[in-house]
Amino acid sequence: MVRQLVTHVLAEDIGPKWLYWPWVADHYSEISSAFQEHVSLTFWAVLWGLVISLPLGIACARWRWLYVPTIAATSVLFTIPSLALFAFLIPVTGLSRATALIPLVAYTLLILVRNVVIGLAAVPSDVVEAAQGMGYSRTRSLLRVELPLAVPTIMTGVRIATVTTIGLVTITATIGQGGLGQLMFTRGFQIDFRTPVTVATLLVVAFAIAADASLLGVQRLATPWLRKQRV
Amino acid sequence: MFSFFGQVWDWFADGDHWSGNEGIPRLLGQHLQVCAAAMLVALLVALPIGLGLGHLRKGGAVAVNVANIGRAIPSFALLIIGVQVWGIGDPDPPFGWVGSLPTWVCLVALALPPMLANAYVGMSQVDDDVREAAAGMGMRGSEVLRKVELPMAMPVVMAGVRTAAVAVVATATLAAITGFGGLGRYVWDGIKQQDDVKLFAGALLVALLAIVVELALAGLQRLLVSPGIRRSGKVPRRGPRVGVSRSSAAHGAPGT
Repeated sequence: MVRQLVTHVLAEDIGPKWLYWPWVADHYSEISSAFQEHVSLTFWAVLWGLVISLPLGIACARWRWLYVPTIAATSVLFTIPSLALFAFLIPVTGLSRATALIPLVAYTLLILVRNVVIGLAAVPSDVVEAAQGMGYSRTRSLLRVELPLAVPTIMTGVRIATVTTIGLVTITATIGQGGLGQLMFTRGFQIDFRTPVTVATLLVVAFAIAADASLLGVQRLATPWLRKQRV
Repeated sequence: MFSFFGQVWDWFADGDHWSGNEGIPRLLGQHLQVCAAAMLVALLVALPIGLGLGHLRKGGAVAVNVANIGRAIPSFALLIIGVQVWGIGDPDPPFGWVGSLPTWVCLVALALPPMLANAYVGMSQVDDDVREAAAGMGMRGSEVLRKVELPMAMPVVMAGVRTAAVAVVATATLAAITGFGGLGRYVWDGIKQQDDVKLFAGALLVALLAIVVELALAGLQRLLVSPGIRRSGKVPRRGPRVGVSRSSAAHGAPGT
C-alpha cells in the first residue's frame, strides 16, 4: 500500500530524475547486453583497424612516397560526419553490424597509420644498421627490431583510437546499432527520460577509462626495456 | 550510380536550396556560428593553460590526463544531456551568440583536449639548451616564452588547433538531431526522410567545409611558423632517440 503510493508519487516525475534506481534495477539485462554490444563493436573496430593499418603503415615507412597520399586519403575520411557515413551505408549493407563497423574502422585508420609510420621512422638508423650488420634480413629486422621499438608509439595510437571509437559507437544508435548509445538515444532522448542517458554516459566513460588503462598496462608489459630505463 | 550523382548535381543546381530558412547559406551560417563560438572559447581556455604549463614544465601529467578523460566523454552523450538541461530553444541573452547552448558546450568539450595536450607537448618539447641559451642572452621568462618557445612549439600547437577545428566542424552535424540547424539538418532530414540525395549533399557540404577549414588553418600555420623551423608533412627522419615519441600525444582526437 505504502509502497504503491511511493511508486506513484515517484512516477510523477521520474522523467527529469537523473538517476531513478528502480528503472536501473528493472532493466539490468537490457543495460548489460547494450554494454556487451558496445564492447564488442569497439573491439572489432580497433582490431580491424590494426589489421589494415599495420601493413599500410609498414608500407608507408618503407616506401616514403606512399605516406602523403595515404594520410591525405585517411584525413578526408575523417572529415565525413559520422552520422552521414553510418546512414550512407544503409542502402549498401542494410541495418546490419557491418553498417556500424565499416565507418568505425575507417575512423581509426588515420590515427593508427600515422602512429605506425612515426613509430617506425623514429627507430634510430644505428639500430637498423646494427641489425643489418648482424646479418638480419629486412623482414627479420622489421619484425625483431624495428616493430618492437615502435611499440610505444603504435600503442599510443591504439589507445587514442580505442577511446575515440568508444565515443563514436554511441552515434551508431541513430541507425539502430550502438550498444549504450541505444540507451541514450532511443530510451532517453526520444522520450525525454533522463535515467538511461545518465547510466549509459557513466558506463561509456568508465569503459573508455578502463580500456585506456588496460592498454597502457599491455604496453608496459610489451616493452620491459623501457621500464628499466625509467627508474 | 551515375544517375545518383546526377540527382545530387540537380539538388545543388536547384535554386530553392540556396535561399530561405532551409537554404544552404542560412544553414552554413548557423554551422559556422556555433563552430566559431566553440573554437574561440576553447582556444581562450586551452592555449593559455597548455602553453603556461609547458613553459613552467609543470602539471604535464595533469594536462595530458585531463585531455585523455575529456576524450573519453562522448560528444553524443554531452549533446543529449545538454538538451535535457537547457532545452533546444534559442539560448538566453548572455549566450545568444553561441547559436545553440547544448551544441556549443559539446563542441567546446570536444575542442579542448587536443588543443590543451598539443600546447603542452609542443612547449615541453623545446630543447632545454635552447631555453638556457635564451636565458643566457638576458631574456626574461615571458620573453623566452614569446620569442623562443612559442615559435618553436607552433607547429605542434597548430596541429592541435587543426585537429580540433576539423572535429568540431564534423561533429556540429549532430546538432541537427536536437532540432538545431546547421548543415547537419540535410543529413538528419535525409536519414529521416530516406532521401539519400539530400543526405549525400549534406555530408558533402560538411566534408567540404571541414577540408576548407583545414586548408585555411594550414595556410595560417605557414604564416605563423618561422621558415627556419618549418617541417614538411613528410615522414620525419630517423631520429637519434629510442623510445616514445612524445609528439604522439599530438595525433588525432577526432570526434565526428
